[in-house]
Amino acid sequence: MKILVLVKHVPDTETKVRLAGGGQALDESEFKYMVNPYDEFAIEEAVRTQEKNGGESVVVSMGPARVQEAMRKAMAMGIDRGVWINTEGHTQELDSFCVATALAKVIGEEKPDVVFLGQKAIDDDAAHIGPMVAELCSLPHVQVVIKAEWQNGGQSARVEREVEGGMVEVYDVTTPVILGAHKSLNEPRFPPLPGIMKAKKKPLAEKKITEVLTDSALVTTRSYSLPAEKSAGKVFKGEPLPDMVKKVVGLLRSEAKVI
Amino acid sequence: MKILVYAEVRNGKLKSTAAEMLTEARKLTNNNTENIHAVLLGEGCSAHAQTLAAYGAGKVFVVETPETNTYQCEPHIQTISQLVQNNGYTLVLGPASPTGRDFFPRLAVRHKAGMLTDVVSVKNDSGKIVARRPIYAGKCIAEVCSQTALTFVTVRPNVIPSEIFNSSASAATEKFTPNFNASAFKSKIADVRKGKSEKPDLTEASLIISGGRAMGNADNFKILHDLADIVGATVGASRAAVDSGYAPHDMQVGQTGKTVNPNLYMAFGISGSIQHLAGMRTSKVIVAINTDPDAPIFQKADYGIVADLFQAVPLFKDELKKITDA
Repeated sequence: MKILVLVKHVPDTETKVRLAGGGQALDESEFKYMVNPYDEFAIEEAVRTQEKNGGESVVVSMGPARVQEAMRKAMAMGIDRGVWINTEGHTQELDSFCVATALAKVIGEEKPDVVFLGQKAIDDDAAHIGPMVAELCSLPHVQVVIKAEWQNGGQSARVEREVEGGMVEVYDVTTPVILGAHKSLNEPRFPPLPGIMKAKKKPLAEKKITEVLTDSALVTTRSYSLPAEKSAGKVFKGEPLPDMVKKVVGLLRSEAKVI
Repeated sequence: MKILVYAEVRNGKLKSTAAEMLTEARKLTNNNTENIHAVLLGEGCSAHAQTLAAYGAGKVFVVETPETNTYQCEPHIQTISQLVQNNGYTLVLGPASPTGRDFFPRLAVRHKAGMLTDVVSVKNDSGKIVARRPIYAGKCIAEVCSQTALTFVTVRPNVIPSEIFNSSASAATEKFTPNFNASAFKSKIADVRKGKSEKPDLTEASLIISGGRAMGNADNFKILHDLADIVGATVGASRAAVDSGYAPHDMQVGQTGKTVNPNLYMAFGISGSIQHLAGMRTSKVIVAINTDPDAPIFQKADYGIVADLFQAVPLFKDELKKITDA
């Protein structure tokens, strides 16, 4: 079975967002990066799928040189090799459609049986790449996957997808297929020390973005702004608790008018 | 501008997002409802046509083919694609729900059209569709612009207040039978399992009661569920509570969980990490109960009480019960 996993390097969840150039860009100078949390579930599922069904696993990432860190982490967790789409020096805006076309090109070359990715990236929150790549490759996709059971030696799978209110949709899919991993799919392993050592020597091929980009952006970003800060509210302390609760409930009714 | 609104139906119920999108569509067309069409999918869906007309749909397409009864990506995409081709829409609106977010990006690529996801407002700027969308779980708002003549947009639930247009408007319904290419149906739905709760999802809830690590264990969440039942609220949890195994992940509010925007968000024993605040900061009113007076959540709260949640919850229960019983 050939398994591919798409990994994005994103600013970590504790990041404070600041604007640059009067809202024309984000100030990235203090960003610390991490593997997109949902992609960790994708990597883990890729490794487990390979452990179960055999075959080969490949990690594909796009971005500047720093994204190789994310790829090495995936390799330390057990992925065999990497393909890095290098965007260093590329100044044109890459919207999700552009990114999807580039990834689809690599997928077309690699011809995997399954592509795992995180159900969304926590920076742009778009959740576009799975469905868009699937469309460009004419493959089925299932997003927000919480369980994948392989059948027939990896030729088909029963896949569970979480929707609203804890409801679960169950799909039968045949490979090749694109699966967007959600949090409860598995418990990602910590990269073991021998894995970290081995990862340094695993093959990592490089492609320039211009080699794989097949289209220009359909959506552009005009500006960024920060949400309005709330003014400080009323905090009660030191009074008898029943009085404080009564006051708050009263305010919710008379002032905020929400109950 | 000619607009199609995908009005989502789940378990026979019309989602409230349909009214929200139709209200926004009316703003975009200056109440020219002739240019606002809506589509309903699934057998029995025609029952909702009247509601859509009341909110401003000039025409409602009713698609009652069995393939569309349960949501599946490809039949939905093919249906809407054919309506777009037949009627020349410039904008297609859908909800940023698990369903809308599943098929709209794919549908947009099929038309090589701009896709604006999870937006909180839409405008027509000299013929271009421009929208505002929260990114980084709401730490920042991006203004994005579609560069194509046709644009697909998913709208965040609960943000745009819906307004009735004409409660006595009768729907001009039109039955539409799509011409399916079944060879493209590569995934097959085998089952849909109901969730434990009949309450609205966190992303659509207007009242949310959340618990943090201070809940101490999974059993203690019962007191929040009891409190929530009094006012019909949905229960949420912080990442710390989910990671500690006190609550399932589908209850998680925050940057690696759900972004919520209820009218009222009550946080019990949640300190308010950056990633949690990002996920609930657009709540209209925030109430925080925490033993630590320096907890960051108090800076975002409209009303706060420095107290132990286990003492406060029963008192809130009594006070809220007085209101609902009245």
